[in-house]
Amino acid sequence: MADSTLDAKGLNCPLPILRAKKALKGLATGQVLAIEATDPGSAKDFESFCVQTGNELIKASENSGVYYYEIKKKG
Amino acid sequence: MADQKKLAIIATKGTLDFAYPPLILGTTAAALDYEVTIFWTFYGLQVLKKERDLKISPLGNPAMPMPIPMPVLVQILPGMEAMATVMMKQKMAGKGVASIDTLMEMALEADVKMIACQMTVDLFDFKHSELIDGVEYAGAARFFEIAQDADITLFI
Repeated sequence: MADSTLDAKGLNCPLPILRAKKALKGLATGQVLAIEATDPGSAKDFESFCVQTGNELIKASENSGVYYYEIKKKG
Repeated sequence: MADQKKLAIIATKGTLDFAYPPLILGTTAAALDYEVTIFWTFYGLQVLKKERDLKISPLGNPAMPMPIPMPVLVQILPGMEAMATVMMKQKMAGKGVASIDTLMEMALEADVKMIACQMTVDLFDFKHSELIDGVEYAGAARFFEIAQDADITLFI
């Protein structure tokens, strides 16, 4: 289960990433941030974000235009 | 952080469309834990103004998508630039694209370092008080000091 949820629906690049970064700051190591977005570019962007920042993308899915991600904050 | 990645950008343009790349890339790099410096020079200084009034013009930009085909002789009419700017801002807001004001705020919040080219500040008779607070004023030598240590350097 997610510890925090970010609604990034309707936001375009780079706002979902910037908001997610901010939201992760407020979490402790190992806590999970859930994100909902509608930007199709966010699929690749959240992958890249996690590869580069060391946070773990534990879930990525899409359902009728809404993208859902879960990111676990790195230690 | 000793191993922190660094990005250095030179931003030379001051139209609404060209204000985006340095701020989008700068804020995103900061979110990816880069140390970011943007060196604003020439028309780029307009983006650093407290009261910024950035515009976009279809004139001389045949690649700009227009709702209806617009001959060049119509594009030069008074008010066309203002209209194009309003339309672009509306379109951006409708598509959830951040405003330049928002991106600048986020960049400053993320400690993106802003340097204004002192030579062009003089050239355009800008006062330091017209530009946002926290800006460093320096020249080309300062840029190289930062760029020689950067992992990525971009000229926009």
